[in-house]
Amino acid sequence: MKKPLKIVVLAKQVPDTRNVGKDAMKADGTVNRAALPAIFNPEDLNALEQALILKDTRPGSTVLLLTMGPHRAADIIRDAMYRGADGGVLLTDRKFAGADTLATSYALSRALLKIGPDIIIAGRQAIDGDTAQVGPQVAEKLGIPQVTYAEEILSLEDDNTGIVVKRRLDHGVEVVSGPLPIVITINGSAAPCRPQHAKRVMKYKHARIPTELQEMDTDYTRMYQEKDYLKIGEWSVADVEADDAQLGLAGSPTKVKAIENVVFQAKEAKRLTSADADIDQLMAELIASHTLG
Amino acid sequence: MANFFLDNKDLRFHLDHPLMKKMVELKEKGYQDKDQYDYAPADFEDAMDSYRRVMEITGEVCADVLAVNAEEVDHTGPTVVDDRVVYAPGTQRNLDALVKAGLSGITLPRRFDGLNFPLICFVMTNEMVSRGDAGFENIWGLQDCAETLNEFASEEIKAKYLPRVSAGETCAMDLTEPDAGSDLQAVKLKAHWDEQKQTWLLNGVKRFITNGDGEISLVLARSEEGTKDARGLSMFVYDKRSGATKVRRIENKLGIKGSPTCELVFTNAPAELVGDRKMGLIKYVMSLMNAARLGVSAQAVGISEASYREALKYAHERQQFGKPIIEFPAVYEILSNMKAKLQGSRALLYETTRFVEIYKDYIHWSHDRKLEPEERAEMKEYSKLADAFTPLLKLFATEYANQEAYDAIQVLGGSGYMKDYPVERYYRDARITNIYEGTSQLQVVAAIRHVTTGTYLARIKQYEAEAQYPSDMETVFKQLVSMREDYEKCVARVTDGADGEQIDFHARRMVEMAGHIIISHLLMRQAASADMYRVSAEIYAKLAQGKVSEAKTYIFNSCCGDIDLFKAVIDENVEDL
Repeated sequence: MKKPLKIVVLAKQVPDTRNVGKDAMKADGTVNRAALPAIFNPEDLNALEQALILKDTRPGSTVLLLTMGPHRAADIIRDAMYRGADGGVLLTDRKFAGADTLATSYALSRALLKIGPDIIIAGRQAIDGDTAQVGPQVAEKLGIPQVTYAEEILSLEDDNTGIVVKRRLDHGVEVVSGPLPIVITINGSAAPCRPQHAKRVMKYKHARIPTELQEMDTDYTRMYQEKDYLKIGEWSVADVEADDAQLGLAGSPTKVKAIENVVFQAKEAKRLTSADADIDQLMAELIASHTLG
Repeated sequence: MANFFLDNKDLRFHLDHPLMKKMVELKEKGYQDKDQYDYAPADFEDAMDSYRRVMEITGEVCADVLAVNAEEVDHTGPTVVDDRVVYAPGTQRNLDALVKAGLSGITLPRRFDGLNFPLICFVMTNEMVSRGDAGFENIWGLQDCAETLNEFASEEIKAKYLPRVSAGETCAMDLTEPDAGSDLQAVKLKAHWDEQKQTWLLNGVKRFITNGDGEISLVLARSEEGTKDARGLSMFVYDKRSGATKVRRIENKLGIKGSPTCELVFTNAPAELVGDRKMGLIKYVMSLMNAARLGVSAQAVGISEASYREALKYAHERQQFGKPIIEFPAVYEILSNMKAKLQGSRALLYETTRFVEIYKDYIHWSHDRKLEPEERAEMKEYSKLADAFTPLLKLFATEYANQEAYDAIQVLGGSGYMKDYPVERYYRDARITNIYEGTSQLQVVAAIRHVTTGTYLARIKQYEAEAQYPSDMETVFKQLVSMREDYEKCVARVTDGADGEQIDFHARRMVEMAGHIIISHLLMRQAASADMYRVSAEIYAKLAQGKVSEAKTYIFNSCCGDIDLFKAVIDENVEDL
């Protein structure tokens, strides 16, 4: 008998740095968030798909999305629900603001202690910071094992005692196993996330965190009383019983000294003809720089 | 992340038409499903919001999956393995993506797991699918077979098949045979009742069957032994799971290469009767064909959209003689005409869809309760309009798709002739649209009675009566009125005491006159409510004026002896040349 799983996906709403325009950076070198659309961090979508695949094979399992951010980050929880997640929790509080990876993973770990999942799945890294630190740090804070750079969950014991995961590394593929609970971080090379599902979109489009509910023009009180699935969790520092000193700016040892806007110069480009001599020279250069071979 | 819904203002405009309120209310029957289904709308705004969101999902899948796979599908195509069709890998990925997004069964009732969306949303998905991959639209659009089942089949058949369509199974309509193409009365495939097995059994061959190996097939067959005409034909539904058909071959076609066109052999294939015996061709195929004509028109508009965009993009990027080619009069004229025809055919597509939608909704209402006299009158009116507009739409949208793809190649020049750009594919794909589901010539046959009985004229006059245009549009409006007067004169001249052959000879000219005037009005109406249509409305009216006066000149310079000139070819044979 396969036991149902409680799965939490860690995700982040990020500025879409893949389509950066001229106004992406402010004069002071910080990111101009207003100019970049806020999106679901791409590798977190790969993580969500792995969670949903597990849920498909384990009837009765639940997938929750956990994210930390401002109120508008509830958008990615709804997006996850449209794709198959059962619900989610937004960690939001002024005291969380300005957190580096250490303070973030502390806050997330407090929330995870409250939820008590069997499996925690996260994207390898977010496209705004590219640190790949939060997943591993969460595992450390919780004192549980972690598998990073995962591409696919290969199998899971029926009684949820162990899991086998394929890792995608620079030098090849590694298959590892570990006990539950566990943290797994997923590479962008994993299966893409399934699309939003029409019926789920219609079912969950009114899902809201309590703060959003208060800000709405129409009174939906009755609807939310009747339909529990429309409630998205909104937790503050007090809700997760966190220590203020380890949160936000105060809990973040990382200090950004300066941000530099790097512009690639055209002179780095090189024009080659299709002549054998040019190709030979290119091959020699690529092998010398270990790009090939 | 591209999106074929969000990037298309014209398409979005049609979703917000004032008649939507009426259509949604007819479709949702007082929003009665809201307490029973968690995805049913509570009111009009809720419903519209859902349509927009779901069209947005469709737009994303079409842009990010279908359009990306299209070239590979065009080159690979389907194959036959062990008498079964295997789709090109890209085709399978397309289907999986749309099914995973829950977009199947879009118009079917919720009790059959459908989304219960208005027909207009289905037409929009067809258009977007076709813009991504016109050949895939054939497979996707055949879902409208389920609408025919929903309208005419027994509850038992509906309960058996419709949820499967909603779950993503594909359909086929098996009509054509080697000796029964445009003339379906000649269908021979035999259906006989087997007492022992207590089922109908089908035996024979079908040919040119789009997606012939689909899971659920509607089959036109001769159930009345010894008959030779339409009255001996009935409609059956065949389930692929019974494994009694074989795909003998698939055709090697000019275009829509991802869509498998099958020759099918039925051997004692068990099938269920749909509706009443002997009504197969007379009633059910007519319904199927009308839905399919709407589908093909949406497919054509999708190709036009794709063609115009490629041409426009290229004309901006391509520099010759020191400037982008779009700045040359010869090129900007082509592009402006392309845009006017594209928006014109889309205007006609959704006007027709609205007519079909409203009368179909009344039909479904009439199954639940007796219609009020005014409702019955309205149903009759919209049914007539749907009947008149469907062939007109099919004629214009598909001929325009061909012109758009042709012009797109012309704008791209030598590059457009190469496989490096998609326009040569659009050109090949477009070419079937004015052939299948009734050629353009047959659309004229279906449309001409609405010229002679005055359906088009009445509608044009209604558009004139309803016209409320700002003063700077008055001149164009007057031109439309004058075109209508010319049209009336032409119809009077051709029909006045003339025999049927005279009417048939000028039929296309008259039907096209009506179409040009109607499309002009539709664009003018759109221009009156949204400035973005001003240019196309004026340009289309210019094109229409030219066409109307050409037809008028032809008709007024033509006397009865003319037909004999053209009939001379009947006595000519290739050997005599």
